Amino acid sequence: MTSKAPLVHLSHLDVLEAEAIHIMREVAAELERPVLLFSGGKDSIVLLRLAEKAFRPGRFPFPLMHVDTGHNFPEAIEYRDRRVGELGERLVVASVQESIDRGRVVEQTGPRASRNQLQTTTLLDAMTEHGFDAAIGGARRDEERSRAKERIFSFRDDFGQWDPRAQRPELWNLYNGRIRKGEQVRVFPISNWTELDVWQYVAREELELPAIYFAHEREVFERDGMLYAASEFVERYPTEEPFSEWVRFRTVGDMSCTGGVRSRAETIAEVVGEIAATRITERGETRADDKVSEAAMEDRKRLGYF
Amino acid sequence: METLDHAAFLTDEAAATELLRLVTCGSVDDGKSTLIGRLLFDTKQVMADQLEHVEETSERRGDGYVNLALLTDGLRAEREQGITIDVAYRSFVTPSRRFQLADAPGHVQYTRNMVTGASTADVAVVLLDARHGVIEQTRRHTYIAAMLGIPHIVFAVNKMDLVDFDESPFRAIETELTELASRLDVRDALAIPIAALPGDNVVDPSERLSWWDGGTFLERLETIAIAGDRDAAHRRFPVQWVIRPMSDEHHDFRGYAGQVAGGEWRAGDEVVVLPSGRTTTVAAVETHDRALDVAVQGQSVVIRLADALDVARGDMLCDPADAPVVARELEAIVCWMSERPAANGARLAVKHTTRWTRAILDEVCSVLDVEKFEQVPADGLALNDLARVRLRLAGPLLVDPYSVNRQTGSFVLVDEATNETVGAGMVLSAAP
Ligand SMILES: Nc1nc2c(ncn2[C@@H]2O[C@H](COP(=O)(O)OP(=O)(O)O)[C@@H](O)[C@H]2O)c(=O)[nH]1
Repeated sequence: MTSKAPLVHLSHLDVLEAEAIHIMREVAAELERPVLLFSGGKDSIVLLRLAEKAFRPGRFPFPLMHVDTGHNFPEAIEYRDRRVGELGERLVVASVQESIDRGRVVEQTGPRASRNQLQTTTLLDAMTEHGFDAAIGGARRDEERSRAKERIFSFRDDFGQWDPRAQRPELWNLYNGRIRKGEQVRVFPISNWTELDVWQYVAREELELPAIYFAHEREVFERDGMLYAASEFVERYPTEEPFSEWVRFRTVGDMSCTGGVRSRAETIAEVVGEIAATRITERGETRADDKVSEAAMEDRKRLGYF
Repeated sequence: METLDHAAFLTDEAAATELLRLVTCGSVDDGKSTLIGRLLFDTKQVMADQLEHVEETSERRGDGYVNLALLTDGLRAEREQGITIDVAYRSFVTPSRRFQLADAPGHVQYTRNMVTGASTADVAVVLLDARHGVIEQTRRHTYIAAMLGIPHIVFAVNKMDLVDFDESPFRAIETELTELASRLDVRDALAIPIAALPGDNVVDPSERLSWWDGGTFLERLETIAIAGDRDAAHRRFPVQWVIRPMSDEHHDFRGYAGQVAGGEWRAGDEVVVLPSGRTTTVAAVETHDRALDVAVQGQSVVIRLADALDVARGDMLCDPADAPVVARELEAIVCWMSERPAANGARLAVKHTTRWTRAILDEVCSVLDVEKFEQVPADGLALNDLARVRLRLAGPLLVDPYSVNRQTGSFVLVDEATNETVGAGMVLSAAP
């Protein structure tokens, strides 16, 4: 076959990007009051870039919302505020601390307290309060096996619940965004991306990430074979002496339950290389420790294994 | 144990690899889970402790071998527990391609799942058992793949070890498949002999299949040319969103955002806006930060027009020399996806490209008997039916036959009472 013009080459990132932009524009067009969840983590940083590509030079047709555990890495909050300022978009902060103060949730206590589970209530309350009917999030199908079947438009009933059997079939690039009053949708534009795609995209688009993603020296303490940042948010057992170490973190969010790994990786290539390499030694050395192999599992899913 | 070198995936070449979307289908026990497990294992996507887990489980179950099918045990577990079976999406990567796999269970009652998985697929992998050859399910899967316009089919003739890796049974099956594919107008079909369990010819070539020189299963997936599958001939651009900043800096900016549904778009192209019929030219094809020389099917871009026309979401920019039908009546194949049946006269909402309208199901002309491959008369639609229907539309849709364009030829049907998506349609013909 002879073709008249050379074919335009679309890479997998081009295709995934175009799909995600399409999804964002569909949400904006079909839902009344969408909001984009922005944590300062790398997946939501990718969402912000996609929103720029979808709507610039116009404004975003939705505000950003951070569900703030109050236990943040200072670097992440600094990044969040700077990025929101640069974009000139509106940020809504939904605070877990406020949910606690208002008695909507009960704070856990003790050294193993975490605010992770409390976030859901804060999110749902904020959606109701602001009348948001769609939350755009950065979750991906490769993160967990159970997500492999989740739809891109994922419907919640009046109680914010997900019923796997009531999900709508999604064909071609046709998304049905119709809902009744009181119902909500979660929308996952990067559902089909893997951890590796995200890193490749961050590299290609030269996106800046909060400094905690790369190796830096920090006061940490060790628990269950994991390193945690020493901070006012975490109560330490008497034996848990803090010490200084080179580490990096894999997620932002609640400082009290985000484990760090010893690392000297200062570039994306080094981080990705390290994730691939560590898991082999980790296996041999620390199998007995559930916590660590769980973390290893998490990393693995993130990197596109399943 | 070897692992993938992930740092190697951060090079420019790696970032430039293509995405291939696959749908896998086969009837129960043909070896689909084993094949997927084998593919993952041999392309080094499986970690040591994960493998250990599979080894332990295999032993506990008394399998007598390392059961790679357990790597994809999601759907299997569901099947065993009798839970709703659905389409699962998974990804994997090799140095030359990024793959996304839609795994739809093969049973008759899951037609709707296969249709869903197939709607976006570049390639259908249809599995067969070499001992049984072409069976009814093979025909059905091939038929659905062809109907959904999947341009490439790979027939994986599995369990070659159980026919002693013999060439003659494979060739007999191959002949039958070639005949089937050509009867269904499949553009590109190839049969490949494999043995997923021992791993012959899946990722690594096999000595035991020395008579085969058509390459491995993975090689085939890595080399199928898909860029040429795009519809480059019919210029179609459904407007999705109008960008009008009205800021000081961009006072007069008016951009039409959307995903190219067909053709090649360049500045200077003539344009007709449908359904209004006004004409103008393309002033620019761009993304948020740069002008593009050309935009092709699948790209999400912004198009600016030379004249300030009134263009809104749901309109379509098209080639005036070759415009789609502004349709009020459709003849289409519909796959019914709801447990609640529909009768002649049913009213439904339709979403086509970025446009919604209402439709009346004027007539169910016939339903496909998936066992006999005959159209049989019917007066309604039931779950998993593939039916030929006529729809009357409340407002115009800008359609092409599905065989011409998979984007402008497809639609979904929505129940207005529940908002559920109840049907998927492919246009056969349209009338004003
Ligand atoms: N001998 C042989 N058995 C196979 C082969 N591939 C799969 N099987 C077996 O066939 C049975 C069904 O395989 P499975 O992957 O579970 O099939 P699925 O139902 O299509 O997912 C299992 O017992 C497999 O071990 C093969 O190439 N050769």
